[in-house]
Amino acid sequence: MSVNQQAHTGLPYGQPQPGYQGYQQSGYGGQQMPGVHHSQYGAYNGPLPGYQQPAPPQGTLRAPPTSGAPLPTSGAPVPAGQPVYSQFGQGDVQNGIATSAVQMQRPSASQPFIPGTAPTPVSQPATFQQYGPPPTSAQQLTNHMAGMQIGSSTSAPPPAGLGYGPPTSVPPASGSFTATGSGLYTSYSSSQGPPPVTMTHGLPPTSLSQGLSLAQPAFSGPPLSAQRLPQAPGFVPPPCSTGIGPSSYPPTTGAPRPSTMQGSQLPGQALTGLPTSQPNHVSSPPPHPSMSGPAMTGLQGPPPPTHPSQSGYQMQQNGSFGQVRGPQPNYGGAYPGTPNYGSQPAPPPPPKRLDPDSIPSPIQVIEDDRNNRGSEPFITGVRGQVPPLVTTNFLVKDQGNASPRYIRCTSYNIPCTSDMAKQSQVPLAAVIKPLATLPTDEAPPYLVDHGEPGPIRCNRCKAYMCPFMQFIEGGRRFQCCFCSCVTEVPPHYFQHLDHTGKRVDFYDRPELSLGSYEFLATVSYCKNNKFPNPPAFIFMIDVSYNAVKSGLVRLICEELKSLLDYLPREGNMEESAIRVGFVTYNKVLHFYNVKSSLAQPQMMVVSDVADMFVPLLDGFLVNVNESRTVIVSLLDQIPEMFADTRETETVFAPVIQAGMEALKAAECAGKLFIFHTSLPIAEAPGKLKNRDDRKLINTDKEKTLFQPQTSFYSNLAKDCVAQGCCVDLFLFPNQYLDVATLGVVPYQTGGTIYKYAYFQLETDQERFLNDLRKDVQKEVGFDAVMRVRTSTGIRATDFFGAFYMSNTTDVELAGLDCDKTITVEFRHDDKLSEDSGALLQCALLYTNCAGQRRLRIHNLSLNCCTQLADLYRNCETDTLINFLAKFAYRGVLNNPVKTVRDTLINQCAQILACYRKNCASPSSAGQLILPECMKLLPVYLNCVLKSDVLQPGAEVTTDDRAYIRQLVSSMDVAETNVFFYPRLLPLTKVDVDSDTLPAAIRNSEERLSKGDMYLLENGLNIFVWVGVNVQQGLIQNLFGVSSFNHISSTLSTLPVLENPFSKRVRSIIDMFQAQRSRYMKLIIVKQEDKLEMLFKHFLVEDKSMSGGASYVDFLCHMHKEIRQLLS
Amino acid sequence: MATYLEFIQQNEERDGVRFSWNVWPSSRLEATRMVVPLACLLTPLKERLDLPPVQYEPVLCSRQTCKAVLNPLCQVDYRAKLWACNFCFQRNQFPPAYAGISEVNQPAELMPQFSTIEYIVQRGSPTPLIFLYVVDTCLEEEDLQALKESLQMSLSLLPPEALVGLITFGRMVQVHELSCEGISKSYVFRGTKDLTAKQIQDMLGLTRPVVPVQQGRPLQPQEQPPISSRFLQPVHKIDMNLTDLLGELQRDPWPVTQGKRPLRSTGVALSIAVGLLEGTFPNTGARIMLFTGGPPTQGPGMVVGDELKTPIRSWHDIEKDNARFMKKATKHYEILANRTAANGHCIDIYACALDQTGLLEMKCCANLTGGHMVMGDSFNTSLFKQTFQRVFSKDFNGEFRMAFGATLEVKTSRELKISGAIGPCVSLNAKGPCVSENELGIGGTCQWKICSLDPSSTLAIYFEVVNQHNAPIPQGGRGAAQFVTQYQHSSTQRRIRVTTIARNWADAQSQLQHIEAAFDQEAAAVLMARLGVYRAESEEGPDVLRWLDRQLIRLCQKFGQYNKDDPNSFRLSDSFSLYPQFMFHLRRSPFLQVFNNSPDESSYYRHHFARQDLTQSLIMIQPILYSYSFSGPPEPVLLDSSSILADRILLMDTFFQIVIYLGETIAQWQKAGYQDMPEYENFKHLLQAPLDDAQEILQTRFPMPRYINTEHGGSQARFLLSKVNPSQTHNNLYAWGQESGSPILTDDVSLQVFMDHLKKLAVSSAS
Repeated sequence: MSVNQQAHTGLPYGQPQPGYQGYQQSGYGGQQMPGVHHSQYGAYNGPLPGYQQPAPPQGTLRAPPTSGAPLPTSGAPVPAGQPVYSQFGQGDVQNGIATSAVQMQRPSASQPFIPGTAPTPVSQPATFQQYGPPPTSAQQLTNHMAGMQIGSSTSAPPPAGLGYGPPTSVPPASGSFTATGSGLYTSYSSSQGPPPVTMTHGLPPTSLSQGLSLAQPAFSGPPLSAQRLPQAPGFVPPPCSTGIGPSSYPPTTGAPRPSTMQGSQLPGQALTGLPTSQPNHVSSPPPHPSMSGPAMTGLQGPPPPTHPSQSGYQMQQNGSFGQVRGPQPNYGGAYPGTPNYGSQPAPPPPPKRLDPDSIPSPIQVIEDDRNNRGSEPFITGVRGQVPPLVTTNFLVKDQGNASPRYIRCTSYNIPCTSDMAKQSQVPLAAVIKPLATLPTDEAPPYLVDHGEPGPIRCNRCKAYMCPFMQFIEGGRRFQCCFCSCVTEVPPHYFQHLDHTGKRVDFYDRPELSLGSYEFLATVSYCKNNKFPNPPAFIFMIDVSYNAVKSGLVRLICEELKSLLDYLPREGNMEESAIRVGFVTYNKVLHFYNVKSSLAQPQMMVVSDVADMFVPLLDGFLVNVNESRTVIVSLLDQIPEMFADTRETETVFAPVIQAGMEALKAAECAGKLFIFHTSLPIAEAPGKLKNRDDRKLINTDKEKTLFQPQTSFYSNLAKDCVAQGCCVDLFLFPNQYLDVATLGVVPYQTGGTIYKYAYFQLETDQERFLNDLRKDVQKEVGFDAVMRVRTSTGIRATDFFGAFYMSNTTDVELAGLDCDKTITVEFRHDDKLSEDSGALLQCALLYTNCAGQRRLRIHNLSLNCCTQLADLYRNCETDTLINFLAKFAYRGVLNNPVKTVRDTLINQCAQILACYRKNCASPSSAGQLILPECMKLLPVYLNCVLKSDVLQPGAEVTTDDRAYIRQLVSSMDVAETNVFFYPRLLPLTKVDVDSDTLPAAIRNSEERLSKGDMYLLENGLNIFVWVGVNVQQGLIQNLFGVSSFNHISSTLSTLPVLENPFSKRVRSIIDMFQAQRSRYMKLIIVKQEDKLEMLFKHFLVEDKSMSGGASYVDFLCHMHKEIRQLLS
Repeated sequence: MATYLEFIQQNEERDGVRFSWNVWPSSRLEATRMVVPLACLLTPLKERLDLPPVQYEPVLCSRQTCKAVLNPLCQVDYRAKLWACNFCFQRNQFPPAYAGISEVNQPAELMPQFSTIEYIVQRGSPTPLIFLYVVDTCLEEEDLQALKESLQMSLSLLPPEALVGLITFGRMVQVHELSCEGISKSYVFRGTKDLTAKQIQDMLGLTRPVVPVQQGRPLQPQEQPPISSRFLQPVHKIDMNLTDLLGELQRDPWPVTQGKRPLRSTGVALSIAVGLLEGTFPNTGARIMLFTGGPPTQGPGMVVGDELKTPIRSWHDIEKDNARFMKKATKHYEILANRTAANGHCIDIYACALDQTGLLEMKCCANLTGGHMVMGDSFNTSLFKQTFQRVFSKDFNGEFRMAFGATLEVKTSRELKISGAIGPCVSLNAKGPCVSENELGIGGTCQWKICSLDPSSTLAIYFEVVNQHNAPIPQGGRGAAQFVTQYQHSSTQRRIRVTTIARNWADAQSQLQHIEAAFDQEAAAVLMARLGVYRAESEEGPDVLRWLDRQLIRLCQKFGQYNKDDPNSFRLSDSFSLYPQFMFHLRRSPFLQVFNNSPDESSYYRHHFARQDLTQSLIMIQPILYSYSFSGPPEPVLLDSSSILADRILLMDTFFQIVIYLGETIAQWQKAGYQDMPEYENFKHLLQAPLDDAQEILQTRFPMPRYINTEHGGSQARFLLSKVNPSQTHNNLYAWGQESGSPILTDDVSLQVFMDHLKKLAVSSAS
């Protein structure tokens, strides 16, 4: 939220200003920070429904201010800026609103304000208070900064201090000035710990907030947790004004913080604009090394200013943030203060290291968002709304835009021109999960049948009817919202318009009122103009020596017997329409005739692997129920038949060919489930050789490890796609089997790879079976084509994910399941207009599991901006990281990994530098100022850079890297989020009586306590880390053994014990398992045990064994980069 | 002359040999002037009830280039225990086992009555017979059902120890594994891809995998059953299994759209069958039995595309060079046939379909390997069923009438050389001193491989007299030839049958009448016919006819008695009297005339002509016509239109067809139902008599002939009308309406006209 706020600042201000002013004033007047906050919060809560959006907007508002910053020269800008901002803000807001739901949008924009307004007082007060505390704004700030830094520094090494320290809090503060500082602080506070945020929120929020937060924590002492309360305290203490601060803060913070968060945000809105930016600013004071210190101080400083500043703060905030402007007038006086701040920061340079607690905390951000936005439904009616974070549980109400579960964008406000886009370097991308599974309380897309002629489409661009189409001439025609072409409404679709120009049947037709819906496709949408046959599943089991010996074959056969009853089916159907077939293989392939009329299955061996074909037609693909006895008999006999096999060689490409040919012969689409164990070295097409060579790592040839050995598989994949043959690959390697090559077909056909290295029946069975069950049962579409249409001005130019493209626009997917995500990058090819915004329409033509041809349409409207601040205020870092990771992971195919890493860092530095240059309020160069929305960018980016693909550790195999590379390519935002920044929960804090989870903690070893147990999940693994000093009772409860030493680290599940703690922990694990598309491997890690190395690899804020930088170090580094860019 | 007839008959009965000349012209020049080459028809396994095989091995001449077998013609020095080879005159020591030999204690092979003798070779372990069924599944349901039943039935006829295998094919080719319990297993091959033997064996897993021998634990050989056991199993073991498997056999499941032929991969199926046996049982008696219900339509060996709108090639297309698949397909099957022959296996083709099935292209498979070729309309006919059953018929000893993997070696005394052989054999390319440079038939060798033999299989062997005119053979000299046939008896024993014959030399100038009198015109006709048919395979039909005509004319000029330019003075001696008539019918036969026959039919007829013994061959050349009437006992009548009378029942046997033809009056009587009246029981008997006789023929002949029961005016009467000599046609009006027979509506010349021309040309001084 706070982030958003920041973003908003600029624009919102304009409008808000009045309000803000009022707010501020009122707020100021009211100042009753605490009280207000509360009230505000209350108000928010109240308003939330409506306002929720606003809340974010606040952020935006804030941003604007920052953007206002553009006027940059803080001093001068302020006045001018204000008006400008206001205008802009208004404009923007209006625009935003204007387009679809003008009001709505406005609200969003304005809302923030409004809410802000209401809250503002509070927030402001809060801020004030905060500020207050730090009274000696500058000094305090600086102090804070220093403190922050120091704090951080204490923990973190001085170097960090340089860039980072300062950056965080300082920048804002310093950068902004005192004002900024204050603002920053506020913002920081807000950003970091929601609570502190609140404090800072108001204004400083943005950059400061972060910085502040950082600082704050420091102040508060304990970072994270402290945040809320601490913040206040933190603030308090740091500021010289402590006395004041504390008093005021504490109260405010104490109560409000939580609320504050919101409140802060809200207030932020008003203030936020600024704050946001401020937090972002988190700049280190100009002088890096020393500066950092100062910067921090600066930040801190800002907070202190609070008092003096209050007005000043506001001012500052305004100044630095955008809001300020609004306030500025009021603050005019404050400004003076600001300068002070500015100066202050500089002076207090002593900074040392960056306190890890003072730098933006993912946990805090997630927590804040959850608290702020988790309680109210996200209503999609408004254009360009930033949805809650993926980590937040929220309900979506579709009112014209696709749910964020389907589409998430890196930014919900798109620059109007390509120049702006280039300048900002913020990638414009949408992460689309067309068949996402919705929670049970959200309705799946409605099915629309337009009858014989098929779905109504624009004549020119062929866009499908959607809520943004404009009906004109009394409803006889409609104008395409994408290309503006006017199309006749076919008679059977005609409907009169009401006085607002809406069709009378608006609410009766999903395609006019909803963001997501499905059309029933007509025969002309089918291959060869024939309705498709129901799809088929073919199970292809490796029966070579390894597979048989490990018990895998028996396991699969046993499982299939029951699993076949759970094939996906279309809602109301009694039995699945999907037919199944079975193949086993080693060096040759065995097909099975399981025709229902047979007494015994028949096996047909095809040894001609060089020229694969399907030996039978009838009886290969059968209905499960009809052929049940034969199938069961077959599955009983397969393990027996191959029990004595001595064949160790396998083929692979022919297996896929066989499956594809079978589907071709049956004239249907379908999915192959291939269970494979070894490198296919038998003489056959697609034969591979072992080319694993670790010596290539960190050389220019490293990329070859990611590239397939032969182009054979790419061509095969092409054929598969043409047939709608999706390949899911289950790998059970005991050694290198070249995932990079084997994965080509699954990858390009929209399939999934599962890998179970060193598969052992006892430990891996459950994981494999769960994956298999999930994979078989999950909803899947076949033979799909996805096309993304956009408003004129931008164009989908690049696509990431598991699919095949034969031209530049159509994403072809042999199969697409509910977990697969396609990331689409957009680029400008013209100008966009703020009025009309930008629309996306993602149309997916697919065959569902009943063999019905359907079109799923997702529509999303985005805002457009002419101010960079708006862009920064409406970004979503998680999505951005998703995109950047995919971009980088694709990059390693063609570039040295080092280059890829540098490119990533450079791009992010540019993004942040651009913000700093154009949006943040002026501050000392040493300050690191981050956009509120992107304050986690550095930490997440660092995680990406440290990931196995980009920086492999010694224990990471080539196969692992290739596997992960492909895996990430089709992950959605939630998955990448947890994958790159794992979730770490203290188990001892689990409340056995409630459903709530304990607060997560940051991924750093120093946050682990020896007396505690932790649970870490990243989407692939779950670790349970047990400290050496954990209470015996807990160990007994959880592991059923008497002491730490008795815990077996080979457990793959927790023992089922009848005590509340065990139950609760297991239910948490089960819950996590249910959330992920794959069943995670459970690993018990005892502190100081060998496995701990593995575990530490996932403590991503720490320095990694493979040389990855710690968060703090990286932040410093980023800061340096940014400074270089700026200078 | 009766003596010569008796001599010929005796020789045939004892040795299974009939020579065209039984007194041999003593010089090369004279021999060539005889027109009909010195040649013989040899029936290597002629059934000899009176010939128990001896339980020891033959004694061979020690000269490496000779190795002739000790025989009654050899001179024996009982005291020195020496014998002189009658072919190379090498003196040989008797082996130790013959120590007790004396004039009174002669081994059988020295007794004159054992000019043909059979040895049983005790060496080597007996290998079981192998029967590999290759079954087309692109059949109509009822056809397939009938075929399945026949196959199941055949299992009971096989020797219990015999190995059987099953390959089915349609669009794909499936090699069924017979050893497995539970799941029935088969290896499937694409029907469009030609595979090398190596590939096939690899794919079937027949190449023994290189199992690393674990140290200290040598693999026990008995641990692994023979790899081939998966596909070829003893009948007694998998009898039930295979019966079930056959029972479950389904029609080829791949859809055949309208206007298409089913995709039939005969070429690949055969190739796999050959490859399978090649890899597992080389040089072991094995039958690949191909059952096909239509032409190969895909892959190597395809004969016609799958579009029904393009009909299968006809003679017309072939003449126009319009048969696009023929050459390639023929090539494919030839290669296969040669490989099969090299391995000592044989291929039977049982083709049952109303249209052609590609026998033209596939004929070599049967021709070169000695396999059977059976052509029928449907598997659901008694023609097929009984023919197939007869494949497994047994002789009086309860042994199957089949032998495998035979090699025939011919040795000659030095005045003779071997020009070649025509029959179901392939050359073994054994050069030797007795091999002539002038090839007739399959020449350039003195050894041939005959992969499958039955008691009636007959080869024509052509000789060349090489004695120069100026080096006369001493008076009373005899030429000799020895035929050594080594084969695998159906009881799996290896046996060697040795036939040694000798004939007198005669100076053609001084003793022409002897030579003339010793002419075997039947053998000569068949031998010439074989030459003609052999030529017809590679030459244009008219050329062959011209050649035959010229030979005939030359023969008449040589042996006829006439005054120059006076046709009426022309006479032929008795030993030549029938020869022109044979030639007349041969010219009209389907072996040389392709008109009205499909290429498949021609191939089928020629196939049988090239392997049957003399009697059957003569029937093929000149069908036999019997007449049944109230006027007397059944009697053979002239194969002439004049024999077709209203009050006769005719029974014609053309080998391929048995036609019973009711004369006009008889037919009317039958329609009137006289045969059912007790007072006309004799009529009933008359009707029954030919049926019984036909039945008798049907019972013994292989392949079973097409049985046709027709009457005057019946559409099927064409079979009769097309065979008889058209002595009365619409052209010689005087015959119209007379009781002397039925006119035949044809422009063909009649025998009379033919003879008139022949005489004219023979006596003409111009030629």
